Amino acid sequence: MKFPISVTLNGRRYQREVEPRQLLVHLIRDLGGVTGTKIGCDTSQCGACTVLLDGVAVKSCTALSVQVDGASITTIEGLAVDGQLHPLQEAFWNKHGLQCGYCTPGMILAAHELLRTNPQPSDEQIRHGLEGNMCRCTGYQNIVRAVREAAAMRRKG
Amino acid sequence: MSTRVFGSGIRRREDPRLITGAATYTDDYTLPGMVHMVLLRSPHAHARIKRIDISRAKAAPGVVAAFTGSDIEGALNPMPCAWLVPNSNLKVAPYPCIAKDVVRYVGDIVAAVVAETPYQAADALDLITVDYQPLPAVIDPEKAKQPGAPQIHSGVENNVAFHWTVTGGDVDGAFKKADVIIKERIVQQRLIPNAMEPRSTLAHWSGASGELTLWNTTQNPHIARFLCSVVTGVPEDKLRVIATEVGGGFGSKIPAYPADFITVFCAKKLNRPVKWTESRRENFQGTTHGRDHVQDVELAATKDGKVLGVKATSYSGMGAYLSTAAPGIPTILHGLMLSGPYDIAAIKEDVYGIYSNGTPVEAYRGAGRPEATFILERMIDKLAAKLRMDPVDVRMKNFIPKFENGHTVPTGLSYDSGDYAGALKKLVEHVGYKDLRRQQAEDRKKGRYLGVGVSTYVEICGLGPSQVAGAVGFQGGLWESAIVRFHPTGKVNVFIGANPHGQGEETTFAQIVADEVGVDVNDVKIVHGDTQTTPMGWGTYGSRTTAVGGAALVMATRKIKEKAKVIAAHLLEAAVEDMDYKDGKFFVKGSPDKAKTIQDIALMANVAWNMPAGVEAGLEASSFYDPPNFTYPFGAHLAVVELDPETGQIDVRRYVAVDDCGPQINPVIVEGQVHGGVVQGIGQALWEGAVYDENGQLLTGSMLDYALPRADRLPDMEVLSTVTPSPHHPIGVKGIGEAGTIASTAAVYNAVIDALSPFGVETIRMPVTPERAFNAIQEAKAGRR
Ligand code: FES
Ligand code: FES
Repeated sequence: MKFPISVTLNGRRYQREVEPRQLLVHLIRDLGGVTGTKIGCDTSQCGACTVLLDGVAVKSCTALSVQVDGASITTIEGLAVDGQLHPLQEAFWNKHGLQCGYCTPGMILAAHELLRTNPQPSDEQIRHGLEGNMCRCTGYQNIVRAVREAAAMRRKG
Repeated sequence: MSTRVFGSGIRRREDPRLITGAATYTDDYTLPGMVHMVLLRSPHAHARIKRIDISRAKAAPGVVAAFTGSDIEGALNPMPCAWLVPNSNLKVAPYPCIAKDVVRYVGDIVAAVVAETPYQAADALDLITVDYQPLPAVIDPEKAKQPGAPQIHSGVENNVAFHWTVTGGDVDGAFKKADVIIKERIVQQRLIPNAMEPRSTLAHWSGASGELTLWNTTQNPHIARFLCSVVTGVPEDKLRVIATEVGGGFGSKIPAYPADFITVFCAKKLNRPVKWTESRRENFQGTTHGRDHVQDVELAATKDGKVLGVKATSYSGMGAYLSTAAPGIPTILHGLMLSGPYDIAAIKEDVYGIYSNGTPVEAYRGAGRPEATFILERMIDKLAAKLRMDPVDVRMKNFIPKFENGHTVPTGLSYDSGDYAGALKKLVEHVGYKDLRRQQAEDRKKGRYLGVGVSTYVEICGLGPSQVAGAVGFQGGLWESAIVRFHPTGKVNVFIGANPHGQGEETTFAQIVADEVGVDVNDVKIVHGDTQTTPMGWGTYGSRTTAVGGAALVMATRKIKEKAKVIAAHLLEAAVEDMDYKDGKFFVKGSPDKAKTIQDIALMANVAWNMPAGVEAGLEASSFYDPPNFTYPFGAHLAVVELDPETGQIDVRRYVAVDDCGPQINPVIVEGQVHGGVVQGIGQALWEGAVYDENGQLLTGSMLDYALPRADRLPDMEVLSTVTPSPHHPIGVKGIGEAGTIASTAAVYNAVIDALSPFGVETIRMPVTPERAFNAIQEAKAGRR
């Protein structure tokens, strides 16, 4: 049995019939060919699949598509506005906060959540805020620097 | 050479697509008509397959096909092993892509199902019934070698896949002469690489033309094509491997895998594109592991701390089958490095490669060299403790003195250049080592238990001269290639055979080109990861991309410059000998104002309206660079840990790295490589380890159970460097990809032992979890009572 849902993804509305068991991350990767949202695990541990659901970060492998009927989702593709990188994207680039890039979309959106709830975090708060997102390449240090820089950019306005 | 961008930490050119979600990894591709494959894997570590029934799966909704081991017989050749270490009595046991009669590890593939959607394929998997007759299993490599252990492959007695020895110098003499002999059993536990991107393959077969395109998560697309051709029979000229975006590998994406070839088999059978992507759980079971050695080590020394000899016996787990490069890791990449940065006259190691009922083992960041470093650094610390000397002093006493052009060690290797004392000196000065020790002593009186650990290393990388590769049984070459192509507008494409997947060569290689021929770094685009467009190359592993591929690139750009000079001389109506070059401009000596830029020349070469006699059109050059020697980066690391004796909790408080990878093309990228490497090594010391139960079940089979390093458990690292160029490399660079991992496990472990020493703990198994540390303290206390 399939259920009709309607979601807004990065500002565009989609109507779909989905199986009740379908994971949100699979829906997102199937809609409109945006595959920036990554899948890194099957235990909700890695955070690679993090997206913003009505502005709040969720691991999209832990939600079902049927749960998001009527919701608005922002993925990494929706973060830059009119080709202008989001300060977090800019900061990850400036601070070499990524290597293979696989964890990066989820990491940036998790950092987005962190700065939403705590605009000026200490390094320790950044590290705690990101402990649910795994990166095997960077050792996290440059990710922390990037988030710190993004927070500073925001401070400067 | 101009130094305009060499050495500057410019932002990475690969990042814009990665930070916006535009990058396409293998699993991101969808082709028209594509179907999805899932694999049924053995739940038993060792069992006979009595019966397998796929009929219900075949009839399930959406299912297109299902296959078992008998279906692939004759269609897929067995998996090849590509590192046949000589003089080791190597026994390569048959490694079928799908097990037919016996499964040998949890994760061995027994069937494949293809369906219209991944969900349907997964549903159908549950409908396959397999009748297994479980057999006894063994995981521990030392136990697997004991008489009476379960035999994993017929004809492989005591599960010994090979026995290899290395000897250099008079080992017996050294041990006879010794005032002290230190012994230790060292277990370098099995690790699970966990690249964040799971492995994936998409096979597109064009039946009419007999051509295959394979998107594949591989560190080495050209080797992948080679091996795919061997196993599937698709000729190499009709086989294209694409791996332009790969989400980390750390060694686990070097080997060829059965799953890749089963995907090809299905695509050929069905004449539809077939995609397979492993789940993380599958990755834990079916993607290669690393390390897994049980080692007995002895070190001979004089009473004033001079090391005379080291000997070791290693039982190195290979897992159930020999993965592509597995036999070379505990032997060539490990045993030959057993004297490290020290002047040790006598070395001997016996290495037994052992089949077990574990997942096949492969290279994992550092591959053999972290293990050699761990042995030495552990033994040197034990020696220091025994002689009541400072560990830094013992190291200083034993280093090979500074050398700039060649130093031969007893195992026969000739290191290129090194200043090991220089790196350690920089480290101790930076941390204020004496004060640190004083502070530590004071804190101890107050009941705060800090541990300080040092590790110094030299690694063999930039693999390597192909003649040596052949001599040590590697079934391929180890050169690299580059094609540099100037377009009419002066923009440059560089095509390389290696395949960076996070290491940043799209940037550093552009920096090299920019400097060598004087173009803007933004005018250079590096192309990699597609066998159709790139020249043959052996891939990205062993810290070799910059050391070998970078050299190929330099050679190619220098050919370009030579040709450009000839064209410029013609255009300026001068003799070639009278030409000068600076920063992308060619001019007659003494008249730099009348110059031809490299862009002018690129245009002329491409339109070819006015070329010198006998000079071909086009401005393009290629180079196949086979290095004359390996490169030998080195360094010294220090860790400070804090132990809570009440709970056994250990935290890394400070980490300092001094690495010498030669001149740094981009110091920001170098630092990033060190960060990532160090953290992986810390992971081994404190958190990571594959745990199997006595039946061979992988207990740490998910990210819930296997403790990967997390952001909140790590300190900021301090990264320093020294610069000792490689004498044989055209721009002196050595490689940095693995250094951090090679040094950090030993540094942290030594710090842990240092913190535990007041309690009388002298040895402890890795990973040093709070439970292990706590129990060790209790046992030591009980023992002393
Ligand atoms: S894929 Fe969602 S947390 Fe790992
Ligand atoms: S950049 Fe590779 S996993 Fe984070």
